[in-house]
Amino acid sequence: MVIELITYIVRFLLIILIQLLVVNNIELSTYVNPYMYILFILTLPISMKPWVVVLISFFTGMVMDTFSSTPGLHMAATGFMGYIRGFYLQFSCSKEDFAGRIEPSISKKGIVWFIVYMTILTLLHHVFLFYLEIYSFKEFFRTLWRILSSTFFTVLIITLGQLLFYRNAKT
Amino acid sequence: MRNLIFFFYKYYTFILFFFLELFSFVVLYQYNNYQKASFLNFTGGISSSFYESINSTTNYFGLRNINDSLLAENASLRSQMMNAYYQSGTTQTSINDTVYKQQYSYISANVVNNSVTKRNNYITIDKGAMHGIEPDMGVISSNGVVGIVTSVSLHFATIRSALNGNTKISCMLKKNNAFGSLEWNGDDPKFSSLKYVNKHVPITSNDEVVTSNYSTLFPEGIPVGQVYSHSLDAGDNFHVIKVNLYTDFSTLKNVYVIKNIFKDEQQTLEGNLKGGN
Repeated sequence: MVIELITYIVRFLLIILIQLLVVNNIELSTYVNPYMYILFILTLPISMKPWVVVLISFFTGMVMDTFSSTPGLHMAATGFMGYIRGFYLQFSCSKEDFAGRIEPSISKKGIVWFIVYMTILTLLHHVFLFYLEIYSFKEFFRTLWRILSSTFFTVLIITLGQLLFYRNAKT
Repeated sequence: MRNLIFFFYKYYTFILFFFLELFSFVVLYQYNNYQKASFLNFTGGISSSFYESINSTTNYFGLRNINDSLLAENASLRSQMMNAYYQSGTTQTSINDTVYKQQYSYISANVVNNSVTKRNNYITIDKGAMHGIEPDMGVISSNGVVGIVTSVSLHFATIRSALNGNTKISCMLKKNNAFGSLEWNGDDPKFSSLKYVNKHVPITSNDEVVTSNYSTLFPEGIPVGQVYSHSLDAGDNFHVIKVNLYTDFSTLKNVYVIKNIFKDEQQTLEGNLKGGN
């Protein structure tokens, strides 16, 4: 239990650091702003109580807000995603998944399930985040395009990361 | 009563979610509306000191470019100095000139965190309230306009850069003093757009855009950029002008914060006017 907690803390710090120091510095275009830090929320165990996930989501968002001078923005978006995650898992996972401490990953649930899961929740997060950042529907289509391309890159980074690092650790 | 308790028990996740979401919206709304509510003070400048320690390492990679730009600036400043005009160097301190009273003073600072690809970009610098920086001060680099200070902690300050949807900088065309407002549409960090320039004003490409004298944040005539392209839609009263910004935001390292000594006086006067009506 303690080891598990330490693993999560280390993973949390690593993901936040990668987001801040590497991914935030990708300056491809103003239309590509991947936020892969949501990976931490998405790979929490399936059986984890929803209210714990919601709390952790808000905390993660708060940490991101602190480092990007956008108070409340990431907190609202990530919290929303963490809340929706519970419903999505209930709808798409079997009873056995909830019994053990299985984490949603490619090796456990298969690549198709994983990518669909990632895309839907990342899209929800990004839609919430980007429209809240603009605070109006004035630039509706431009923002939509920004959301779609950012979602694509977020899912790409997360999936590649999973294929590179998680597979060895889990087998 | 029992039903109520049962309700809370059944939906506690939703209730938790609801209140936290409410909290984040309140924080978001407060910060967007009142610049006095300093988020930087709220977080105690944790992020700024983190970025500063990262920056002290990454700064080494850009030393050559920084040196070059500083040398160029030194050279241009040296040529403006009094002793470039052959004058014996007697003391120049505390001359109370009654004709030319100093209105603007400059505080130099280093950029510790910056972004250019977000819709709303912010810059963090390593000078704060301790060095005399306050919210709503203008910020420039050696090339041109950078942005406006939004919040200040003891040692750090965050700047809303010109590449931000909420930043509007009062500008004018240098050749005929036609006013406009510089606003970024979020497309390309090299270009911004100048809005509300009347259609009767003649415009050609490469016209220089500078800050106007309407703003209390910037002195008049700070360079902003050059007109890159311009068009006029039929039935529209204003030009659509694309401005090529002089400041290269992606390599920004040294900036100057502008302190307007007469700002309070001007704003109190204008405030009185509004109150009187």
